[in-house]
Amino acid sequence: MSLIHRSAAELGALIASGEVSAVEVAQAHLDRIAAVEPQVNAFLHVDPEVTLEQARAVDARRAAGEELGPLAGVPIAHKDVFTTVDMPTTAGSKILENWRPPYDATVTRRLREAGLVILGKTNLDEFAMGSSTENSAYGPTRNPWDLSRIPGGSSGGSSAAVAAYEAPLSTGTDTGGSIRQPAAVTGIVGMKPTYGGSSRYGLIAFASSLDTPGPFARNVLDAALLHEAFSGHDALDSTSVDAPVPAVVEAARSGDVAGLRIGVVKEFGGDGYQPGVLARFHESVEVLESLGAKVVEVSCPSFTTALPAYYLIAPSECSSNLARFDAMRYGLRVGDDGTRSAEEVMALTRAQGFGPEVKRRIILGTYALSSGYYDAYYGQAQKVRTLIARDFEAAFQQVDVLISPTTPTTAFPIGERADDPMAMYLADLCTIPTNLAGNAAISVPCGLADEDGLPVGLQIMAPVLGDDRCYRVGAAVERAFQDRWGGSLLSKAPEL
Amino acid sequence: MSAITRDEVAHLARLARLALADEELDHFAAQLDVIIGAVARVAEVAADDIPPSSHALPLTNVYRPDEVRPGLAPEAALSGAPAVEDGRFRVPRILGEEA
Repeated sequence: MSLIHRSAAELGALIASGEVSAVEVAQAHLDRIAAVEPQVNAFLHVDPEVTLEQARAVDARRAAGEELGPLAGVPIAHKDVFTTVDMPTTAGSKILENWRPPYDATVTRRLREAGLVILGKTNLDEFAMGSSTENSAYGPTRNPWDLSRIPGGSSGGSSAAVAAYEAPLSTGTDTGGSIRQPAAVTGIVGMKPTYGGSSRYGLIAFASSLDTPGPFARNVLDAALLHEAFSGHDALDSTSVDAPVPAVVEAARSGDVAGLRIGVVKEFGGDGYQPGVLARFHESVEVLESLGAKVVEVSCPSFTTALPAYYLIAPSECSSNLARFDAMRYGLRVGDDGTRSAEEVMALTRAQGFGPEVKRRIILGTYALSSGYYDAYYGQAQKVRTLIARDFEAAFQQVDVLISPTTPTTAFPIGERADDPMAMYLADLCTIPTNLAGNAAISVPCGLADEDGLPVGLQIMAPVLGDDRCYRVGAAVERAFQDRWGGSLLSKAPEL
Repeated sequence: MSAITRDEVAHLARLARLALADEELDHFAAQLDVIIGAVARVAEVAADDIPPSSHALPLTNVYRPDEVRPGLAPEAALSGAPAVEDGRFRVPRILGEEA
């Protein structure tokens, strides 16, 4: 088997045993990137020399007898919303074109400490706002399953890179579904950890009460290994949870669901859901029952108002967070010809530097926070947020995990929803409640929709700090389906 | 009746320091009208006695030990600046014309 088709765990073991070097593994992935990037466009920045230098450093640490972790020398694609001192960081925006951050994000630092080799920075919807990666200022990323379709978003470069075998692992951030939805539509695994379980320090902020870094991988164990590598308390993030990282790797290795109580969310299904998505979901339920899990239906009535609440809360936070792009201290500056005031330069720069979706959300958030509307919109959305958390609490008294389809449909064609924001927002219908309540959820592949042959994701939601349950159930589903399919779902994808 | 008018969008854009073109204002006003119509559904939820949540986790103020540690060097802090003068950020005028 070629190096690019190996799992991260296998690559880590091969490198540890000395069978291959980190440099050889990095080079194999750089070659793959060079071959398929013209079609996929998953990366915004690749610098082979910087990558190989990191790989050489890992090989040197190993040669010096240093004890390294299970992912040392394994390559990774890094979402371009985390700061990196040795690569530009743009957040997919013209306002940060060519910006070189003066410090590393905590997630970046921990990847380096674990010996992961960063291949480059991946494309995303501008400032992580979107569900298709079409909102990137640097052009859309394409879905490796069908190059005319979206790879999901906002972390679409990260999902496509892993699905196209350009990297065995990648990082993402999930504010309303931006890891789980891209994972679902590209046939890979994507995990949103418990809010505060992974650090936001050096993550360019979109909605601070929701933003959560998490892993992408081609299998559940690899995702758990990466989750463990960059998670845990960080004193530099004031909302970081000061608790041990849940035993995610152990759970991914176990996959035992006998006797587990699983709740099907009654509100997610029916109108607006693609038949092939529902068929694969029902098949997943049968698989879990056959493995000894006890499946019941659970009602979470407030989940139906999660989407409107989210599209008030997230834009409100974004309108405040993006005020920092003021053309004064870093990034783009437009119109500073000596005659204009700072305020005029600011307004011109922001109009030119931000794309349409970012502008829409800033205006929407400014509206929701303005006096006279605050109570009716932002205040009311915060109350709905409480109701959603209470629905989760009540559900988790009856069951150990909740399940639903990850997305209502498979990957849609590029351009189809680009100028219809409400249609685009529906892609996150099933993923948003988890962001509002701060608990953990994963998406694992559960088959192909009959009508279009495209991947479908199963979402598994667990309580706050119950991340290990997502991996346990995900591993069970993965094992059962792979026996049935005779290999991974991704092995059915067309050759690029 | 529309949920939001073009004039309101223009006002919000000014507050948010976005110098939008006329076509953008027209386009956004129509789209925001649809979006606000949809998100207004939160008002239908009976929640008078429900406390608001600003945050997912019950965290209150978090403090770190008050220890001296290195910050960014001035060169690093200025490294991404659009304009620099005498080791400082150079900005356009921030006050009106002198009286």
